[in-house]
Amino acid sequence: MACTVVQPLLSRIVRRIAQEHPSLFARLGAHQSTDFLIDPVELPFALHLRPDPQALIFRAVPRDAAPDAGATIRGQFLLLLELLDSEQDGDAAFFSRDLEVSGDTEAIVRLRNALDDIDGSIAEDTAAMFGKPGRAILSRLRRSYSDDTKGYPQP
Amino acid sequence: MSLAELICPAGTPAALRTAVDAGADAVYCGFQDATNARNFPGLNFTPYELAASVAYAHAKGTKVLLALNTYPPAGKVDLWRHAADTGAQFGVDAFIVADMGVAQYIAQTHPQVRLHLSVQAAASSPEAIRYYCENFGVKRVVLPRILTIPEIRQIRKEIPCEIETFIFGNHGLMVEGRCSLTNYLTGQSTNMDGVCSPASDVDYRRHEDGSMSSQLAGFTIDCFGPNEKAGYPTICKGRYTAPHRPDGYYAFEEPISLNLSRLLPDLIDAGVHAFKIEGRQRSKSYVRGVVSAFRQAVDDIRAGRPANIADLVALTEGQKQTQGAFETKKWR
Repeated sequence: MACTVVQPLLSRIVRRIAQEHPSLFARLGAHQSTDFLIDPVELPFALHLRPDPQALIFRAVPRDAAPDAGATIRGQFLLLLELLDSEQDGDAAFFSRDLEVSGDTEAIVRLRNALDDIDGSIAEDTAAMFGKPGRAILSRLRRSYSDDTKGYPQP
Repeated sequence: MSLAELICPAGTPAALRTAVDAGADAVYCGFQDATNARNFPGLNFTPYELAASVAYAHAKGTKVLLALNTYPPAGKVDLWRHAADTGAQFGVDAFIVADMGVAQYIAQTHPQVRLHLSVQAAASSPEAIRYYCENFGVKRVVLPRILTIPEIRQIRKEIPCEIETFIFGNHGLMVEGRCSLTNYLTGQSTNMDGVCSPASDVDYRRHEDGSMSSQLAGFTIDCFGPNEKAGYPTICKGRYTAPHRPDGYYAFEEPISLNLSRLLPDLIDAGVHAFKIEGRQRSKSYVRGVVSAFRQAVDDIRAGRPANIADLVALTEGQKQTQGAFETKKWR
């Protein structure tokens, strides 16, 4: 159910990012066709990303029905969001064990470097797509995590 | 007098702009090929990106140093020569080189561009450094991270060029430019291909008990307990079992980062001209945090104020830091 609700939003978000930041595909190289599973541990679903500019996929999937991923990235949702925006350092999150990766390490490194070369905030741009309510939700989300992130159980 | 220039890393154009805006005096970067020692997937600059980045940096009074600090394999020097020609065309302020052939080509072809001797050349004695100065016109040497401050002070008196030392980041202690550990396991060379522990050969596995093992080319480098901090999957920082050490031990070095924030005044006093922050493979977040912290510290010291260094331990490998040999050669 949750997957169905968020799906239209995810499709819109990823199309917008691809449109505004076409240079990220060059840094992905051959891994444009890799299936990434992004797993925000506290959400009721995972996210399947295939960053192929010709056939973009970004969809919510139930964990027990997730596709065979070439690479998996797992952590708390806000951490993943902050990594997306370079508000956090991925290596530091890996050292602290808050971020867990498995599968094709080169694919993950390419995705990280591609996203890191984007100026500005993808999270805020995405929130702005939905106007005032979108920005309010993002703000509330950040506040709730800043109150309650430490000590979340490991995945 | 030491100017205490802050030399900052950039793996992407966005990281370069971040470093410039955070107060870097100079930014070092490389092309997307084997000519530099951070030839990692998705990292580094196209020629077009370098040109735009040099323009951005120069407009804000920041220098750009181009790392050409790997060693061309026999008969394959054209890639390095072409990279030097491109860098000179775009107006980089210096080349960071390790190979004598590359140094000679630049000295002859682009004599107007400064040459800096990379740490990859592992020049640690006055005799070696003077050789590079006299024969190739090297203006600055990046010293290996194996010298104490009194040793640096003595070297400074005996050489005709500036000294740059690392102050934060990777605590690389292998004889740099000579390390073949990655080559031994993967067939790729840190020194000629620019890849230490290539990502394509790295595998992380999570186990049922929450522990995680890191492997390189199928060989286990380390296994971290469920609550243990992790490090990079490099052989020199790996933990191994042996018949006499069945519980595993760090055979070479530990996952730990260099942090000389407390030694900056001593380094300036010893005559160090420039401070280098390691980490072209790190994110904009790292660049912003580390460059800002050291910018503030260096400015405080220059103004005669006590330096107040931000806590950077969260950004260190294994979340541990050391002053290494700069403090004492008995650091382990």
